[in-house]
Amino acid sequence: MNLNDVEKEILNGGQGEARRLALAVIVELGELFGAEALMAISQVHIDTTVYMVDSGVEFAEKCAQLGGRFAVPTSLNASAIDHFRWQEYRVPPELLEKCRRLENAYVTMGASPTWTCAPYQQGMIPRFGQQIAWGESNAIAFANSIIGARTNRYGDLMDICAGIVGRVPRFGLHLDENRKAELVISLEGFSRDALAADALYPLVGFLLGELAGDRVAALQGVPLDVKIDALKGLSAAAASSGAVGLFHVVGVTPEAQNLQMCLKGKKPKAKFVITPKMIREAEERLWTAKGGDTVDMVTVGCPHFSFEEFIELAQLIEGRHVHDAVAFWAYTSRAVYGWLENCGLLKALTNAGMMVFTDGCPLQYPKKTWRFSAAFSNSVKFVNYCYSQTGLPVGYGSLADCVESAVRGKIFRGHLSWR
Amino acid sequence: MALRLHGCKIAPGLARGEVLVTSEPISFWGGVDPASGRIIDPRHELFGQAVCGKVLAFPYGKGSSTTSLIILELLQVGKAPAAIINVHTEPILATGPVVSRIFFDRNLPMMTLTEKDFNLLRTGQQVVVDADSKVVRIEDEAPSPIVPNDEQ
Repeated sequence: MNLNDVEKEILNGGQGEARRLALAVIVELGELFGAEALMAISQVHIDTTVYMVDSGVEFAEKCAQLGGRFAVPTSLNASAIDHFRWQEYRVPPELLEKCRRLENAYVTMGASPTWTCAPYQQGMIPRFGQQIAWGESNAIAFANSIIGARTNRYGDLMDICAGIVGRVPRFGLHLDENRKAELVISLEGFSRDALAADALYPLVGFLLGELAGDRVAALQGVPLDVKIDALKGLSAAAASSGAVGLFHVVGVTPEAQNLQMCLKGKKPKAKFVITPKMIREAEERLWTAKGGDTVDMVTVGCPHFSFEEFIELAQLIEGRHVHDAVAFWAYTSRAVYGWLENCGLLKALTNAGMMVFTDGCPLQYPKKTWRFSAAFSNSVKFVNYCYSQTGLPVGYGSLADCVESAVRGKIFRGHLSWR
Repeated sequence: MALRLHGCKIAPGLARGEVLVTSEPISFWGGVDPASGRIIDPRHELFGQAVCGKVLAFPYGKGSSTTSLIILELLQVGKAPAAIINVHTEPILATGPVVSRIFFDRNLPMMTLTEKDFNLLRTGQQVVVDADSKVVRIEDEAPSPIVPNDEQ
């Protein structure tokens, strides 16, 4: 690999031990990727944030002890717990201690304790074309696709090394030639009503991920007024069913003002359609609970809920109350939580029987204390992982379905035009 | 009769051990218990097997970006395979061994072989993985190398 003078100096230890080791990792992995040089990145989002095994804590602490400091602004993905409301969640003390050790190590290195999986909706939002190094599959897909920033799918540990040196190998989705669409996927046969339903898009994402795998797809047929949170749900679902790092939505996302633009003059290698029947079948595959069943856990905020989503939630629950037997959990970032507190929305939601948590997410929080019979969510990503990770039967629906189910204590499937 | 297979070095080092081979990809996160080193995915053909000390051969990895952390943990707690052989190694899979060697001085040799050579590996064979010389040496061949996954 060709290294410049600064990089050579770092590798020789001229900028301290943490940087030397971190750059050695980046260079060695870069050689495996076939990169010929390194490039600067201006922001990092670290995914090694959910306490899972001790070596994650040990690695972060070792970097901090060796004097490692993040060379570029660095944010943190979701934690395993809510660092403020851990008592309400019955977090075991040993888990709390590990999470605090992780937090100390990252904050010592200069990270902002954002603890959010939706870093693209508040805080350090990258611009179009900005070269960044992000972890967390949904955030990577959103940053690349919806914003047009540039990151590869950085995995645990490499994200930390990238932050310490502010550099990554020059390869993959950082480069123009790897961002063109290879597949074209068209929505066909959907009514205007169907296309206006937010709940359609996570299901589209789920199918897109299955069709695309790790290839870049162009999605046609999405109306221009699609909501940003629907695109968030689409990105998250696509990155959970496939190794999707980038897709284009023709006419909607910045690198695809039209189809030709994202194909960059090449012919697509394959074409697919997504029909209402396929959406119906995808939804049936995801459902492991049954309509009309008792539901006692309703969860929203996977990825973390935006302020706009909370406004809609408050409107839907207004004048009503969550059923006594139901836990209604909403997950969000500390930033959005602060806004909810300041404008009175938090009080309205908690008065209606909803609980709002920050930092973590339902699947990463401790699940041993769960005694639920069935779950319900408006997140395909959550629904996809919930059953495989917990065995808890789960249903999927719109945000209105979530609220209706929570109020009734029974799973409610409202009218959606493909159903 | 020793058989020498030439491949590519992914992570350096020399290891000797018994082959544990599968034709299915392995997801380390959710697929391997980081405390015991056992395959815990009930849908996997190696379900219940321990990878510790074995020359673990699988065509390629799959699944989450947390793979790198699980491999680092296996090395830290002494439950890691002695070596890994793939047909294709994606970066996520290589990250654990690279970080482990550079930051913690713990080595996990990794190599890739062509699909044809990979298919000569049998569970139970004694092999030497010499990543620096880019050679996998099969010390004793399984008696009936045609049958997939023949257990000795």
